[in-house]
Amino acid sequence: MTFQVNPLRKYVREDRMPHFFCPGCGCGQVLTSFLRGVDALSLDINKMTTVAGVGCTARIPVYMKTDTLHGVHGRTLPWATGIKLHSPETKVVVFAGDGDAVSIGGNHFIHAARRNLDVLMIVVNNFNFAMTGGQVAPMTPAGSVTMTTPYGSGEPPFDLCALAVAAGATYVARAATPYIPQMDNAIQKGLEHEGFGVVEVLSQCPTHFGRYALGSGSPAKTLDWIRGVCVSKAKADTLSPEELRGKLVTGEFVSVSRPVFKGSTFLKDENGGRNP
Amino acid sequence: MSVTIDKNLCKGCALCVTACSKNVFEIGTEVNQKGFSVSVAARAGDCVQCGVCEKTCPDLAIRVE
Ligand SMILES: Cc1ncc(C[n+]2csc(CCOP(=O)(O)OP(=O)(O)O)c2C)c(N)n1
Ligand code: SF4
Ligand code: SF4
Ligand code: SF4
Repeated sequence: MTFQVNPLRKYVREDRMPHFFCPGCGCGQVLTSFLRGVDALSLDINKMTTVAGVGCTARIPVYMKTDTLHGVHGRTLPWATGIKLHSPETKVVVFAGDGDAVSIGGNHFIHAARRNLDVLMIVVNNFNFAMTGGQVAPMTPAGSVTMTTPYGSGEPPFDLCALAVAAGATYVARAATPYIPQMDNAIQKGLEHEGFGVVEVLSQCPTHFGRYALGSGSPAKTLDWIRGVCVSKAKADTLSPEELRGKLVTGEFVSVSRPVFKGSTFLKDENGGRNP
Repeated sequence: MSVTIDKNLCKGCALCVTACSKNVFEIGTEVNQKGFSVSVAARAGDCVQCGVCEKTCPDLAIRVE
């Protein structure tokens, strides 16, 4: 019998594998979901650019055969903006942790949405600053024990998808790693979308969020906890605000079309007129 | 028809063990070069080729064919 390998491995840098993620980390599942999207849409991975800052999530592009920019924490969208303005035909995808996206990178996030930058941003929400050891972050559920909130977090988290919608993003969806077909679907639709797309993926960090907040470093138990906080959009529409307290709604929140960002000023055309 | 696990990529996270409705996998006693106890398809004959394990594995270690 010949040794069979997962066909998605044609898209990864074999010399970098196995990847650095802890056993059972959701980042690996987001990576494979993204590769299934690339495969399903027959995109040419060699012509795509992925961008990431610093964090566990930010390691995702390091393993794929896209052009990759792995740089400074929180500054993914300024680079993505530059790449997109220089080469508008390039498909650009940002991978960011929740900290990268809406803590240090929060301002870039709202302005990329306002401008409708033609970039897909996949935000891996693992409910903490994972790479630095599991500190409280803007997406940590209120009350959670983390490394820096030993008696529970006293802060409310952001609703990242609501923030994206309010700021003007044109494709916004929330998925979760326990529900792989829905996650694949959200990422694939994000890849097809023209304009600023945000796919928030609720994802397990067993090593830090699991151990501190849930009292177990088991990947399966961390996934069970995520299943417990997820409510589908269809179900959520039938529930009261009290019933939805502490829940995270999964599904698609917006999918619309409007002109994409082409630069901060119009250019002059040959006749001295305005070139849109 | 086969379920193959690449021992060099498996990290023994056991997500395939819990994901498979046919209870095909278990974490065995073999330790790979990175020090992880790897998963084995101990009951591969029970596999119905649903493909869930292949999509669940965070490490691209599984192939079902
Ligand atoms: C400018 C800057 N500030 C702070 C840090 C320290 N730092 C590294 S990763 C990180 C947060 C990681 O959290 P997140 O972005 O949510 O990604 P995760 O590791 O959880 O996937 C921080 C604060 C840094 N590297 N650079
Ligand atoms: S620390 Fe958490 S997020 Fe980072 S690789 Fe480990 S499990 Fe994944
Ligand atoms: S899901 Fe993958 S990495 Fe985890 S134990 Fe199974 S084969 Fe190994
Ligand atoms: S394909 Fe389905 S039945 Fe077969 S081993 Fe994988 S999860 Fe189990």
